[in-house]
Amino acid sequence: MPRPVDVAADRTTTAAKQIVTQRMERALTPLLICLLMVVAWLSLGFGSTAIGVIDGLRDWLSGEQTQAALIIGEIRLPRTLLALCVGAALGLSGAALQGLLRNPLAEPGLVGASQGAALGAATVFYYGVFAGLGTLATAVAGLLGAGAALLFMLLLAGSGRPALVIMAGLAISTVAGAALAVVLNFAPNPYAMQELVFWLMGSVSNRGLDSLAILFPALIIGSALILMQRRLLAALSLGEQVAESMGFSVKKGSRIIVLGTACLVGSSVSVAGAIGFVGLLVPHMLRPFVGHRPDRLLIPAALLGAILVCVADIAVRGMPPGRELKLGVLTSLIGAPFFVWLVWKERKRWL
Amino acid sequence: MALIAIDNLTVDQRVKAVSLELHRGELLGLIGANGAGKSTLLNAITGLVPATGNITIDGRTAASIPPHERARIVGIQPQAVSSAWSLKVSDIVALGRLPWGDEDETAIERAIERAGVSEFRMRNIDHLSGGERARVWLARVLAGEPQALLVDEPIASLDIHYQLAVMEVLKNYSREAKGVIVAIHDLSLAARFCDRLCLLHHGELLAIGTPAEVLTEPLLATAYGVPVDIDLSRNPPVVLPK
Repeated sequence: MPRPVDVAADRTTTAAKQIVTQRMERALTPLLICLLMVVAWLSLGFGSTAIGVIDGLRDWLSGEQTQAALIIGEIRLPRTLLALCVGAALGLSGAALQGLLRNPLAEPGLVGASQGAALGAATVFYYGVFAGLGTLATAVAGLLGAGAALLFMLLLAGSGRPALVIMAGLAISTVAGAALAVVLNFAPNPYAMQELVFWLMGSVSNRGLDSLAILFPALIIGSALILMQRRLLAALSLGEQVAESMGFSVKKGSRIIVLGTACLVGSSVSVAGAIGFVGLLVPHMLRPFVGHRPDRLLIPAALLGAILVCVADIAVRGMPPGRELKLGVLTSLIGAPFFVWLVWKERKRWL
Repeated sequence: MALIAIDNLTVDQRVKAVSLELHRGELLGLIGANGAGKSTLLNAITGLVPATGNITIDGRTAASIPPHERARIVGIQPQAVSSAWSLKVSDIVALGRLPWGDEDETAIERAIERAGVSEFRMRNIDHLSGGERARVWLARVLAGEPQALLVDEPIASLDIHYQLAVMEVLKNYSREAKGVIVAIHDLSLAARFCDRLCLLHHGELLAIGTPAEVLTEPLLATAYGVPVDIDLSRNPPVVLPK
């Protein structure tokens, strides 16, 4: 029924354009995987001591006690894997939350998850709750903190309405922030407080491979929960009513996405502290390359999150020795101006 | 057997004990003043708002049909839709396949052709005019190829060319042994295109029948509160406020 215009002439260019975009979208994930491997390799090779990465890995795997094996296996490998896992968790949770809330300003910190996780982990840090769990205690407390914060947020919001979720998230973040201040205020001693403050700034240094024992399963479970709901995220592009009318249970699906996000954010905050703005930046950078589709954004966001956090960690390590710049501080320095710019852009859209 | 049969359907104070049937091959127009309950009735048939009474779809109780399967049979185009993201038109139309869990190219192509959006299929939704968007939303629901198509005021933001074109699309769709219910304000177009009309007033069914049976001066005066000039013998028929 098109109005009589020359549709036929336009059709060939349209088809050509379509092929180009499709190819670009298909190439994105393999491209990011290659980039991730390159960055991981650089991260293993980068440090104050020059070491052959292949030699170090081989010695470490065969159990030889060489210097190379020690540095690669005990220091750089855990650090690299942690940076990748934390980045993937943050990138993916940002993409999932933005899709769910249909809001490009959504961030894991927004729903109160980061603050809840920090509160849980900090409490353990000081008062030795779950002492029986050993090094896993903070991670478990982080998961519980993020879970509890999200549970309260959902109870307060009462529904999946984006505006309400954002307000409820803000309220819960504030409460968790106040409680965290109380914990800091009553720190047993100044050294404990200093240690906690540094940890909250976010870093992946000096963590052993055992931190991965909780982060990796949480990453798998959280990602699986979110990816299961990717069709709901696509449907939600047109609003809750349209999604419901296409047979989706928005309420149930939203809860599964929130639970997946809690797994990702809780575990990464408890292991690496607060590394802000990754969840905000990454989906925004990728959106034009996936045709703005929230479902196709998920896996690339996990990959780019991993790449960015790993690169940021390499940058932190490359700074002159002495006063170390924390990873979380670096991501905030880059991310915060970007956040301001995003708000400015959104404002212009409404004017 | 009716494609959709609703019996004594009630949604709190908005829809009161409405009973009607939609048959295959039929274009049923839903008319009535603002707030008469047209949108609520359509949403209740789709299962978007909880309602009491019985809804039977193809002889089966609606509540017994799993949500995705129900969405394949009954498709709705709500009145107010917007896209949260700057999606490409063809991607939005493809979303209409979500109840099926596939990306059936032929169904998507057919929907794009039917709704006349092929000229701007590669453009992003936020770069289109209101009238163009209205046709994209229609293409989205057509891509699901539902047996019963419910459309809530699809022509409200269109120029007269596309008002006619969209009504033609709905009419032709109903002729493929599908059923279509359209909520519509333009009574002349309702008289011209619809096989039957259903007139709602304060949530109650005031009249249902052929355009000649429903578009009478006393009924419309009751429903709209203004005297109306009706000439159904003209081609096309004219229904205008006096």
